[in-house]
Amino acid sequence: MLEPLQEPFMQRALAEVVLVGAAGGALGCWVVFYGLSYAAESLAHSIFPGLVLAAIAGVPLLLGAAPAIVVAALAIALCSRVAGIGREAAVAVVVTTMFGLGVLLALSPQSPPGVESLLFGDVFGATDADLATAAGLAVLVVVALRLLHGQILIAGFDRGTARSLGVSPAFADAALLLLLAAGIVVAVQGLGNLLVVAVFVGPAAVARRLSDRMLPMMLLAAGLAILAGVAGLYLSYYAGTAGGASVALAIVAVYLLSLPAGRVRSSRRPAVARAEVTIA
Amino acid sequence: MPPEPLIEAAGVAAGYGGPPVISGVGFSLLPGQRLALLGPNGGGKTTLLRAVLGELRPTAGTLGVQSTCGTVPQTERTRLDYPVSALDVAAMGALSRLPWWRRPGRREREAAGRALDRVGLRALAGETFGRLSGGQRQRVLIARALVQDAGVLLLDEPFSGLDRPSAEGLEALIAELAGEGRAVAIATHDLEQARRCDLVLCINRRQVACGHPAEVLGDLAVLEATYGGAIVEIPGGGGRAILPPHHHHH
Repeated sequence: MLEPLQEPFMQRALAEVVLVGAAGGALGCWVVFYGLSYAAESLAHSIFPGLVLAAIAGVPLLLGAAPAIVVAALAIALCSRVAGIGREAAVAVVVTTMFGLGVLLALSPQSPPGVESLLFGDVFGATDADLATAAGLAVLVVVALRLLHGQILIAGFDRGTARSLGVSPAFADAALLLLLAAGIVVAVQGLGNLLVVAVFVGPAAVARRLSDRMLPMMLLAAGLAILAGVAGLYLSYYAGTAGGASVALAIVAVYLLSLPAGRVRSSRRPAVARAEVTIA
Repeated sequence: MPPEPLIEAAGVAAGYGGPPVISGVGFSLLPGQRLALLGPNGGGKTTLLRAVLGELRPTAGTLGVQSTCGTVPQTERTRLDYPVSALDVAAMGALSRLPWWRRPGRREREAAGRALDRVGLRALAGETFGRLSGGQRQRVLIARALVQDAGVLLLDEPFSGLDRPSAEGLEALIAELAGEGRAVAIATHDLEQARRCDLVLCINRRQVACGHPAEVLGDLAVLEATYGGAIVEIPGGGGRAILPPHHHHH
């Protein structure tokens, strides 16, 4: 069990999945409750051109990912204001445009070899600089979640009353999207553009079935994400499978394993009696 | 010296940028008084409550509110699948008094516990909000407003979906809270409960009538102007009733 830990690349990969799991699992709980799974997936895909440009220029991926995610978020905000286009359609338009642009760049002659690792992740290829950046962003995400907990909790619970409780739902939305963007940038190195959404949705979906308080749920989701990450790395090490895909599959496996447990809980849940009152 | 009104409105119009949704609204609500707000769906009850809350600025008239307003929404507007306890929800009321980066701590949770005690739910403080009954959830949301230290309570159809014992218990609680010097405005479709309030305000895009329940509710012309044709006479001297607005959740 300990043998793979002798390898420096494995040590860095472990550090990477711990960072990704902690930030992604905790943030994922809000992604699930705010219905942001599609947004998470879309934001992840739309940073592809930024990643390719960074690879072509030979600079850290973050320098490409950060501006691309800002462009995507602004474009989505603008498109959804066009009359007749709903928010969902606006997201689809922007994401396919950005992703297509990324593919065009990736297939250009200037593109360096190994661009596919941007799509599928290269969890074993993390450099010390990548790790330091990921650590910084992961700490930022966790600290921000702690500070903004009350605001995000209230805005998600009942938007209509949030304002009278001193909370701006628009602020909570924007803060969550920004944190999601930061979280995606952390996770994209290891899991890649196409698989990154797994870490935000899978562990949180499991934790939601097993816990009925927010903080335990976030801790559980982070723990499960880290566990699945480590399991995926071992799978990859011994079975020779691709790193990012192994981690994503381990997350799915955790979800499937949790299904019977969730059923037990929900069958315990008492039905709330409902009676319509007739007006006297 | 007579007590100062907690809410004082004169000639208030309000809306969302276009033509006003409500106009000509004037009433004053003293500490200890309960106001029943009657009107059809889309008649402007929610708009008036939002104006009182300060979320909408009146486009005409004057509206003075002398206390913190606590809103008690319909529990269907809240997330019933949310991982929060009754105590967590009540403690949300403390957030507006805290700096933005602070979460409710021990003091706030104690205040939330006292508020749950006040609404008769101390024993259920640790229960998940979504698993409570409709009447219990409404009480938790009232406790949240008490934690806000609200002198004005705004309740949006608090009795809808409740069985009779729950509705009666809730009505008694609202009367007690008003008796402690709070002003309470209740948007409702229930004429019988409106009859037991201190004031009735009928609104259908404009103010139709405002006054004591006996005079307002005794006037068929007022009810017709408020609800259009949706009033039925209950056979056998059972009084009048409003045909319930269509329910979406069946």
